[in-house]
Amino acid sequence: MKKVKIYVTLRESVLDPQGSAVMGSLHKMGYGGVEDVRIGKYLELNIADDVQDVDALVNEMCQKLLTNTVIEDYRFEVEEAVSQ
Amino acid sequence: MKFAVIVFPGSNCDLDMYHAIKDELGEEAEYVWHDSKDLSKYDGILLPGGFSYGDYLRCGAIAQSSAVMDEVKKAAEAGKPVLGICNGFQILTEAGLLPGVLLRNKNLKFMCKTVGLKVENADTLFTNEYAKGQEIQIPIAHGEGNYYCDDATYEQLQKNNQIVFSYADDFNGSRNQIAGIINERGNVLGMMPHPERAVSELINGNDGLALFKSIVKQWREANVTHA
Repeated sequence: MKKVKIYVTLRESVLDPQGSAVMGSLHKMGYGGVEDVRIGKYLELNIADDVQDVDALVNEMCQKLLTNTVIEDYRFEVEEAVSQ
Repeated sequence: MKFAVIVFPGSNCDLDMYHAIKDELGEEAEYVWHDSKDLSKYDGILLPGGFSYGDYLRCGAIAQSSAVMDEVKKAAEAGKPVLGICNGFQILTEAGLLPGVLLRNKNLKFMCKTVGLKVENADTLFTNEYAKGQEIQIPIAHGEGNYYCDDATYEQLQKNNQIVFSYADDFNGSRNQIAGIINERGNVLGMMPHPERAVSELINGNDGLALFKSIVKQWREANVTHA
């Protein structure tokens, strides 16, 4: 089995009101050094060993469903998962 | 004229849509479940508001991958009127039938109130019963209605008169206060406000009824031959 870790982030050009609200809270708590907060998503997928070309498959899934490339960027890592 | 009201798990404006068509407009409407694989008998397709699939992942993202959406795309390609309201608009953008995306409102709040809408383009099959520049009162109810698109897309929208409705006031952060857009061909409209909730003098006024009347009028002119 392979473990795929996908990181989804908002594109630079897209405002992140949620991140701005979190930054506001951090400032109120005294963490004045925080200059920006951007909130993204993290997904983990387990992929069967017999699947060929995992990279192509993950790219396809990211483009078709897991991300919206109008506003989001993504990157991913593929790891050999240790069986339990 | 026969309308399909597409129902996804989590749709919640389907009854209002059905009521608007059946009782206020006096046309035919049927509920169609999201796994349907044939929409050929319908003349118009309506995607109602709600929270399809709990807004999981992104609003509209999971609904976009359901079986019926292939049929909605076929209907759009065939030139049939396709109207997505609120979550229906979000589904249409996720499906790639309309450009851009709906982001979280700039103030992070779910807002539910009646707002002023300006009719920017009265020369569409959805708005021919309105006048250009007319201001109408239509309810909104959304947390993610902040329309976003990049500069190139915005220029295209402007050039092709694809911006159909804009908000009189900026309350959710939408680019240029965009409330509703149409595809280039002019048969797919997405809008965040709810015209189906403004079809009776008794509740919310009836400024939304003209939108549905416009669809029927256009359809009659194109499809009904007079004896």
